[in-house]
Amino acid sequence: MAETKIRVLIAKPGLDGHDRGAKVVARALRDAGMEVIYIGLRQTPEMIVEAALQEDVDVVGLSILSGAHMAIVPRVIHLLEEYGLSNVAVFLGGIIPDEDVLVLRELGVRGIYGPGTFLDDIVQEIRREVTAH
Amino acid sequence: MSATSRRRGPLIASGTETVTQALAGERRAIARLISLMERGGAEARQVLSQLHPHTGQAHIVGITGAPGTGKSTLVAEMAKVYRRQGQSVGIVAVDPTSPFSGGAFLGDRIRMRELATDRQVFIRSMATRGSLGGLARATADAVHVLDASGYPVILVETVGAGQSEVDIARVAHTTIVLQMPASGDEIQAIKAGILEIADILAVNKADLAGADNIVTALQAMLDLGSARSEWHHGQLLDAEGVVSDSSGEQLSWRPPVLKTCALRGEGVEELLAAVQTHWQYQCDTGVREYRERERANDELRRILRHDLMARLLDRIADTDLVDTVERIVAREEDPYSAAERLIAASGLEAG
Repeated sequence: MAETKIRVLIAKPGLDGHDRGAKVVARALRDAGMEVIYIGLRQTPEMIVEAALQEDVDVVGLSILSGAHMAIVPRVIHLLEEYGLSNVAVFLGGIIPDEDVLVLRELGVRGIYGPGTFLDDIVQEIRREVTAH
Repeated sequence: MSATSRRRGPLIASGTETVTQALAGERRAIARLISLMERGGAEARQVLSQLHPHTGQAHIVGITGAPGTGKSTLVAEMAKVYRRQGQSVGIVAVDPTSPFSGGAFLGDRIRMRELATDRQVFIRSMATRGSLGGLARATADAVHVLDASGYPVILVETVGAGQSEVDIARVAHTTIVLQMPASGDEIQAIKAGILEIADILAVNKADLAGADNIVTALQAMLDLGSARSEWHHGQLLDAEGVVSDSSGEQLSWRPPVLKTCALRGEGVEELLAAVQTHWQYQCDTGVREYRERERANDELRRILRHDLMARLLDRIADTDLVDTVERIVAREEDPYSAAERLIAASGLEAG
């Protein structure tokens, strides 16, 4: 009777409109049996964290290709803490330079995925992250 | 996935506290209780018993219709009008679970982005998780959570519905069935099913060609009468909304047919006015109590069915079931006699 699904919010913060990657990942997570709440383009950190709160998600996946990740991701993580959602795991996809990867991981981003990532790796890592605790 | 999430554990210890917070309108507590309802089980039941005295306040409005008719967009526009009227709004939006992977892509929030940071609007996306009636098993319970938490209006959006996803009529006080131009002729309108549950019919995308044709077809369908006694008095009713019979006494309801263009927000205030009229009609005529009783009756029977089934299966050995299935397949026993035999053997009938 008891049924638990991994719930993932997929959002594209910032102003670039390249949402193919986010959709492909969302589809892959759906096919891996997860419930994906897809909120799409031009999301502010406030919109993302409010949605994460209402939807009670395990994971927030952000897709950023605009180069604004160092402005957006810390803000999302900060707001998650402010909302009492610091246990929500943040994953990031997009074009993220190596030096930023280190900083963002330090901030608590659980997975960072650039071009060429295997979808199955993302699925496995999310699953591992959510079930680990 | 039977994943034990990192966040799922602590709720069990603090269920009562979470209920208190939800009753006070705290959004995170509301969200977690809805998750608990989705998980089901003993703890969910306990919480529901705690919530029950606080429910029964909200006006629950269902929005259903075929995929792509504009349900999410219309729900968002309706919520915006309610907000302008100063009311807070709860929204439950249901999308289908994949029968193959068990996963779901819940995309209704995309159409609701203008509500995204309004703290007086609580939106929850829900996957059907195998239910076929247009809602998830836990949708009614999620509505209970929002109702108890003080949302005076709760909008429930079904999955893209075809002809028979009519569960919404059991959950909502007022059901809006959405149609759009070029979606079928008057023969479609006569068929049984989803149109019959409409308290209000809305033709969305009314800026498209053919909108008037479908309005005419729907009106013609209503002219033919209906099996629903609430507004069937052996006569054709020309008026819309609340209708008195020839003696001027007996009130009944004929679903109004409205045109909306949700994308532009057109016709939405008129739609809400019709929703309000329908609510008033239900309150004035006792239909509200009648439906409330029907709903409770329905819920009780559903729970009894489920619990009795669980208890029965507890008393039947798995091997017994497997053997019985084999005998049925081998035509040694028919399924009806087998069921009788298993129930008798379970001892549930004793006394």
